[in-house]
Amino acid sequence: MNGTVITFFLLIVALTLYITYWAAKKTTSTGEFYTAGGGLTGWQNGLAIAGDYLSAASFLGIAGAIALFGFDGFFYSIGFLIAYLVVMFLVAEPLRNLGRYTLADMINSRFDARKVRGTAALSTIVISIFYMIAQLVGSGALIQLLFGINYVYAVLIVGVMMTIYVLFGGMTATSWVQIVKAVLLMIGMVIIAFLVLLKYNFNIAFMFTEMKSATSHGVAYLQPGLKYTNPLGTISLMIALVFGTAGLPHILMRFFTVKDAKTARSSVVTATWIIGVFYILTIFLGFGAAAFVGEQTIIAANPAGNMAAPLLAEALGGDILFAFVSAVSFATILAVVAGLVLAGASAFAHDIYGQVIKKGQISDRQQMLAARYASIGVAIFSIILALFAQKMNVAFLVSLAFCTAASANLPVILYTIYWKRFNTSGAVTGMLTGLITSLVLVAVSPNVLAPDGSAIFIGHALFPLENPAIISVPLGFLGGLIGTILSKEYNEQKFAEVKVKATTGYRE
Amino acid sequence: MGNAVTKDSNVPLKSNYDRVAHSSKFKQLIHERKVFIIPLTIFFLVFYFTLPILTSYSTVLNKSAFGDISWAWIFAVAQFIMTWVLCVVYVKKFAKFDKQADEIIKEQLEGGEQE
Repeated sequence: MNGTVITFFLLIVALTLYITYWAAKKTTSTGEFYTAGGGLTGWQNGLAIAGDYLSAASFLGIAGAIALFGFDGFFYSIGFLIAYLVVMFLVAEPLRNLGRYTLADMINSRFDARKVRGTAALSTIVISIFYMIAQLVGSGALIQLLFGINYVYAVLIVGVMMTIYVLFGGMTATSWVQIVKAVLLMIGMVIIAFLVLLKYNFNIAFMFTEMKSATSHGVAYLQPGLKYTNPLGTISLMIALVFGTAGLPHILMRFFTVKDAKTARSSVVTATWIIGVFYILTIFLGFGAAAFVGEQTIIAANPAGNMAAPLLAEALGGDILFAFVSAVSFATILAVVAGLVLAGASAFAHDIYGQVIKKGQISDRQQMLAARYASIGVAIFSIILALFAQKMNVAFLVSLAFCTAASANLPVILYTIYWKRFNTSGAVTGMLTGLITSLVLVAVSPNVLAPDGSAIFIGHALFPLENPAIISVPLGFLGGLIGTILSKEYNEQKFAEVKVKATTGYRE
Repeated sequence: MGNAVTKDSNVPLKSNYDRVAHSSKFKQLIHERKVFIIPLTIFFLVFYFTLPILTSYSTVLNKSAFGDISWAWIFAVAQFIMTWVLCVVYVKKFAKFDKQADEIIKEQLEGGEQE
């Protein structure tokens, strides 16, 4: 690890700790802890959404996938972006108008039932933990490569940092770490993309022509089909990507940090612009890495291609740019896992402890304490799992988190806002059906069972697709539908209230 | 504000929410929002899924559009442009809906004129 890398690494640590110190002074109530007091502007929250969303898997994973598989690597980028149209058109504003701290709050604004809240909290915790394990395992391996720190220490460093942010600075620290990270990440992306385009005299057509001979795939590199050869598998993945975002608890939680639906809307707009530009730039990073680093070198550094972007930075900008991109990757990891800790902790402390166990009879001080204990608990639990999972290939957990969010959460969110007849029993069956089918189908998928030992266990997969969204998302909707019809419960008045609140933001 | 305004109709309305929900302007707003959101949502989902369906089941997008840039790339980038355009359209439309919603709340609950 050279001096420049250490300097940048320590700068990130110092800057985020300073943010936490500043945020800690402001974090004196539960509202501050969970939602930064609802005081973020549209711009700030838009950047924070981008910072929360653009994980190391997006930054390094997609750049690597495009470098190695050309067009097919870009599929993720498309799904991840269009997902924001689902968020904007169907979910963001009603969610802001109905909810308070968590996803379960929003669903419970219609159904005052502890089993609904408990189920929603369970689904939040499962999704957040899966996502976090994928992030932590990936970041451990990555920090090992970038900074030469041993895997165990790398996971511990990330784990301790994320716990400090959330524990002391709550949502305010988490948001600002995400904002800073989003800005740094975009600066890094723009610099690298600029240097790549400079090599081609800013002639994109020329770049495409050059790419035909830049890799071992020849012309096929620019055509679909290098990575995704199973049509149903591709479509299933695209379903998970586009519908998952609107059900991801750590993203939805961000909409409670603004004062009203209008600000929620403007934050989605900002986020959509930043995220869109980001994913367009992944093309140039991927192509640049394929051309100026080369397939062999990328694969030798990391078989999944995760080192493509940092290696490209080194090839184009030397040690300084490599150190900067490494530090940005580190900040990226920290910002995402902090958001996940907060999402998991709020489901535990606010939903399960505060509302289900204590039935809301809990003081603000006790709630804060519970939230802090829950943050430590969620963090320690995830760190331990990540340490055990070091040798496992857990990258699929990211798309599993999207799939579970799309199958368990999105159907119930949409029914709650838009379906008059929907009821408690439908909410519980919908969430459980989506949750259980996605987990079970993945457990017997090729991600977990492979005869050659490339997955977690040796065996034959019972379900052929790596991502089960094509089955589990419709089942989530169907579960909610059947559960609703089988129960006689129907409260028209409550729906009128939800409709008025969701549409106008008016509260009595 | 509670029961600031009483309604003339025979149906007893229990809450402010009910009063708003049963007003014709609110019903009109809900209808206009539906007419806006549903077709556009169907449109962007169809547009989105057309890409993986075409790349999976046909090679029609492999044909060249501009030099070595194939239609697959053009379609992929078009997804981004569509997202940004729909974003702008949505914001413009919803600025109008916001005004309508504010008027409804004012009329129904804050002592404005009865319909």
